[in-house]
Amino acid sequence: MQQTKGIGVIYLSLVLALVLMVMPMPAMVKLFRPDWALLVLLYWVLALPFRANIGTAFVIGFLVDVLVGTVLGVNALAYSVVAFVMAANHQKIRNFSVLQQSLLIGLLLAFYHLMIFWLSHFLTGVYFLPDYLWPVLTGTLVWPWLFWLLRRVRRQFKVR
Amino acid sequence: MNPIFERGPSLRLRLFIVTLLSLGLMVVDRYTDSSTQLRSYLTTAVSPLIYIASLPQVVLTGASEQFMSHQRLLAENEQLRERLLRQSGTLQRLEFLQQENNKLRELLGSAPVAEGQRLVAEVMAVYSHPFSHQIVLNRGSNDGVTEFQPLIDDLGVLGQVVSVGPTSSRALLITDTTHAMSLRIERTGVSVIAEGLGQWDRIRLVHLPHSIDIQQGDRLVTSGLDGRFPEGYPVARVSRIQRDLSQPFLQVQAEPFAQLDRIRYVLLLWPQQDASNEGGSD
Repeated sequence: MQQTKGIGVIYLSLVLALVLMVMPMPAMVKLFRPDWALLVLLYWVLALPFRANIGTAFVIGFLVDVLVGTVLGVNALAYSVVAFVMAANHQKIRNFSVLQQSLLIGLLLAFYHLMIFWLSHFLTGVYFLPDYLWPVLTGTLVWPWLFWLLRRVRRQFKVR
Repeated sequence: MNPIFERGPSLRLRLFIVTLLSLGLMVVDRYTDSSTQLRSYLTTAVSPLIYIASLPQVVLTGASEQFMSHQRLLAENEQLRERLLRQSGTLQRLEFLQQENNKLRELLGSAPVAEGQRLVAEVMAVYSHPFSHQIVLNRGSNDGVTEFQPLIDDLGVLGQVVSVGPTSSRALLITDTTHAMSLRIERTGVSVIAEGLGQWDRIRLVHLPHSIDIQQGDRLVTSGLDGRFPEGYPVARVSRIQRDLSQPFLQVQAEPFAQLDRIRYVLLLWPQQDASNEGGSD
């Protein structure tokens, strides 16, 4: 029987990521803002898939929908699908090098953004601009640092 | 390490349940009317997060105002006073003109245009997603804000309120892809429909025949025909006209006057009373 420990740390980091996602910024910087909540969520799914998985992803995605103002359920679905891919392959992905992991995260982020676009296009008829894909690049670049930071946090607080 | 997914349903089953839930949410949010109410409750529930997120900006602006030099404050003060003087000069003339206008309207037997009430609101959050251009305001139903109320800034029309909570409300900007409004070309008086494109610096005029009289630089003002926006407020300037005869309609884009990507304060308008009971169709 595993002891649940430091589950609060997981939620705290996710809430912080949500705050980062809605922080007011100039439009120019906003274009490049990484999807913090998704990245943090993916880390926890990778590290502790029995603590954070599809249910958590759904709740966080739903909160993102409310905060960001997209049609309710769009981000919830996209987050859940990405978390599913991560949770189903977490043992493989854990053994990747940081570079490989980053590239894989980039792929997942691209998939996430295209999924959001398809759903929004179907629901509200938005037009596609290549600018929407900048967060994929910044997210890929941010991942190694975020991974290192969150691993330190996890070890510090002995989250299990 | 322990086997991981021993408790609870399997991953695939979870994904299936969650997919059904999300699809249900999308349908409810997009295709039913109850979502506006639901949205405003949810916005109220997450507003602490928005407050926390806007805290650094508030602190930074506060600090920069604290450390602004005495000299600059004095200069700014003088500038503002000068502008106030100039504007109150034009205002006096405006009042005179308005009286004259109302008298003429009385002579013609048409109803005089009532000056609506106004309220300044601060922007709490700008929704950052390119697929939804919305802002959260720090005024709600406690201040008398109602749905479909127009909002403007000092340059032009910004958008309209779409959902109201007790202390905050959400407004849709004119550049959102789901927003459309009725405009008039100021030079010729022709009515046109403008749609948002999801980009901050342009809107699109739809269904214009190739024979229409429109030029680059034409000012577009609200026509008042949509029953939401009062007549005569400036909205945008025509920035690009593409005459492609293979297309069924003329392709025209316009640049909004209001600087939608850097809004801090907005002005909420209350249009004439009788317009409120016919709004509601979408």
